[in-house]
Amino acid sequence: MNRFVKRIGLAALLATSALVPAKFAFADTPTNGGDIIVTYKDDIATLDPAVGYDWQNWSMINALFSRLVDYKPGTTELGPSLADSYDVSDDGKVYTFKMHPGVKFTNGRAVTAADVKWSIERAVNPKTQGPGAGFFHSIVGADKMTAGTADTLEGITAVDDHTVKFTLSQPDATFLNVLALNFASVVPKEAVEAANGDFGKHPVGSGAFTLKEWTIGQRLVFLKNPDYFIKERPHVDSFTVEVGQEPLVALLRLQKGEVDIAGDGIPPAKYLEMKKSPEFEGMIVDRQQLETSYVTLNTQVKPFDNAKVRQAVNMAINKDRIVRIINGRATPASQVLPPLMPGYDQNYKGYAYDPEKAKALLTEAGLKDGFATQIYTSNTDPQPRITQAIQQDLAAIGVKAEIKAVANPNVIAAGGTQGQAPMVWSGGLGWIADFPDPSDFYGPILGCGSAVAGGWNWSWYCNKDIDARGQTADAMPVPAKAEERNKAWAQIFTDIQINDAPWIPVFNERRVVAKSKRMGGPDEIYIDPTRVIDYEAIYVNK
Amino acid sequence: MAAFLARRLVQAVLILLGVAAITFLLLYCLPADPAVLIAGRSATPQMVAAIRHELGLDQPLVMQFLHYVGNLLHGDLGRSYTQKTEVLPLILARLPATLVLMAAGIVVEVALGLTFGIIAAVRRGGFVDRAIMMLSFVGVSSPQFVVALLLLYVFAATLGWFPMSGFGTARHVVLPALTLGVLGAGWYARMVRSAMIEVLRQDYVRTAHAKGLTGRRVVLGHALPNALLPIIAMVGIDIGQFMSGVVVVEAVYGWPGIGQLAWQAIQQVDVPIIMGVTLVSALAIVLGNLLADFVAPFVDPRIRSQ
Repeated sequence: MNRFVKRIGLAALLATSALVPAKFAFADTPTNGGDIIVTYKDDIATLDPAVGYDWQNWSMINALFSRLVDYKPGTTELGPSLADSYDVSDDGKVYTFKMHPGVKFTNGRAVTAADVKWSIERAVNPKTQGPGAGFFHSIVGADKMTAGTADTLEGITAVDDHTVKFTLSQPDATFLNVLALNFASVVPKEAVEAANGDFGKHPVGSGAFTLKEWTIGQRLVFLKNPDYFIKERPHVDSFTVEVGQEPLVALLRLQKGEVDIAGDGIPPAKYLEMKKSPEFEGMIVDRQQLETSYVTLNTQVKPFDNAKVRQAVNMAINKDRIVRIINGRATPASQVLPPLMPGYDQNYKGYAYDPEKAKALLTEAGLKDGFATQIYTSNTDPQPRITQAIQQDLAAIGVKAEIKAVANPNVIAAGGTQGQAPMVWSGGLGWIADFPDPSDFYGPILGCGSAVAGGWNWSWYCNKDIDARGQTADAMPVPAKAEERNKAWAQIFTDIQINDAPWIPVFNERRVVAKSKRMGGPDEIYIDPTRVIDYEAIYVNK
Repeated sequence: MAAFLARRLVQAVLILLGVAAITFLLLYCLPADPAVLIAGRSATPQMVAAIRHELGLDQPLVMQFLHYVGNLLHGDLGRSYTQKTEVLPLILARLPATLVLMAAGIVVEVALGLTFGIIAAVRRGGFVDRAIMMLSFVGVSSPQFVVALLLLYVFAATLGWFPMSGFGTARHVVLPALTLGVLGAGWYARMVRSAMIEVLRQDYVRTAHAKGLTGRRVVLGHALPNALLPIIAMVGIDIGQFMSGVVVVEAVYGWPGIGQLAWQAIQQVDVPIIMGVTLVSALAIVLGNLLADFVAPFVDPRIRSQ
């Protein structure tokens, strides 16, 4: 019965995903054809799905490869992709996927269950040196592979050519989200081996596009895959990514019609001017993303080991003023989770700006005269300016914070060193959720497991009771108990902030992309919550 | 001459080794841990340790350095941490663009610098001289970013004479070379002017005038060759400087040079790329100076006779 319901569920998802283009129809009918140009300032590091992990290459890798499951364009809703259907065992530990027949890699070979197994093993293997290995920790045998004592994952079995089975060591409600990550993309073993360590420059997949040409430091040309198994996508014939393009110049070229998408968006200094200019009407996409920018308060460093002090500084920050400093490109944040994230607590309003109450709390904590501390920040604009605003707000309640503005890797190093950074401003360090699930904002940045040297829990926050509640929530089967699970997470994050306040959530930054007037489709496919730009769904108006 | 060159080559190798050692040490002293950056935030400490081991970062510093130098002697610059590909092809792919911009930039610099320097020297003290010196002062003190964007806005975006961005045709080179050239020409103009003023005071110049030679022949034929020496030394320095990348000009004009590669690698603590680019630039500086040393005797007989 259980199994049957899930099948039906997926069938329904499949049906709605087929309807996606039709859904746009009342506004704009996606037309096929067209070659577009996209620009970025930074070079593309790699197109290897087991390695690529920045917001530029994420969209491109997503379009080159396919995965068992994927998100519907512009949404956080999971749907089938390489898998037509799946089953979960009653204990939530065994996932079995039936794969879509007849899917081929662009080298002509059929995609099989063995490829799925091999690809994920490759992503987990330390020899690959990929940043995604940790996401697959719940698959049986992942720890052995990390330790170097196994070359395969015993928890993945290719039952037959089109059936693949995953066995988990513990139930993991986010497992489908993990399988939709780029790191779970299916790659052909022979192409990886033929590339001889250079698969990132010679990618072969079964996705919507293929890489035709890569001139290092200049351009990458992606062509539509004519055999893509989702027949109605993609819409554009090709997209060319030009790299090394200064964002201001990209905007000038956009105005002249030489560029279709300026991937870096609008430099902060130009933002208001362009937003107000009628010339740019319809060319600016400005949307929320799954992001929170925050200040970590190191719970192991005096006086932030006292929760009252952490609550006090939470009340000292004038978030509205900080948002004005970045020209309104963000919304003040009340809590850890961003508003688009399932589990966001609508009822929790966070700590209101109240310097008087903050001072009173400091007095209660025995720090009537304030104290001296340090705040680390990335040294690229606008982060130091934002940190200065925080510094001024803190000074108003008697806290003298010295600003340590250093390069990003050094901020990360300071945050991950025990007892070093009392406060860290996270801005500019690209803190965007990997997948739309609240647990992604806990484990890697607030859980006990990440409060370790080299970890990303820069508050060094570890509350065993909260950790246990998180584990209980993650053991709830999804989708059956998704609602209940989201509620549990909402309560966890709210309790963390009310009682322990390890962060000052400052704002949720919006992403801005500039596109030419001929580009069609809704905003959410240009700033897709999980893909950044959804190359499969975008199209050119005829 | 052969002995001189041999000595210079040995020096060059030692300099490169020294540069490699210093850069290696400096990068090692950074607090940032490349393994943490590579492993990403989902990683457990075990995963970070496994990656550190794969990269050989768990070895003692001396072993790491010897390993690096050993590979270097085989022409192997290692693999990029973030791009997971060989470093040498990444640098080689950007070398043509870097060389073209270097050559074009120096040609513009020298042409403008010589012309205006000579005019200023001949018209010393007059209005033209003061105007040129004023302009050269503006040139050397203008920020690259502003000049680059200004030229781009006027000649590419507004007038449309040149493409806004990219690399490939002669038209693509003009604006980046002009930016570098205009900014660098000021130095050359000042240097040529003072060297020429010095030379124009010499007796043999007076003799040449007395022989009845035209002003043009005296200045260009007799005085200029004697004023060229500092220019040659400076071109040698510029070769090295431009080869290590002109990040700002490359960024504004989307020029695929070495500077952008280096800049990005520094942001990501991609040690093998930083090492590779540093060594290539050091090599270019050494070669540039070597070239200057080599050319000088042909231009100036006084050095030849020594």
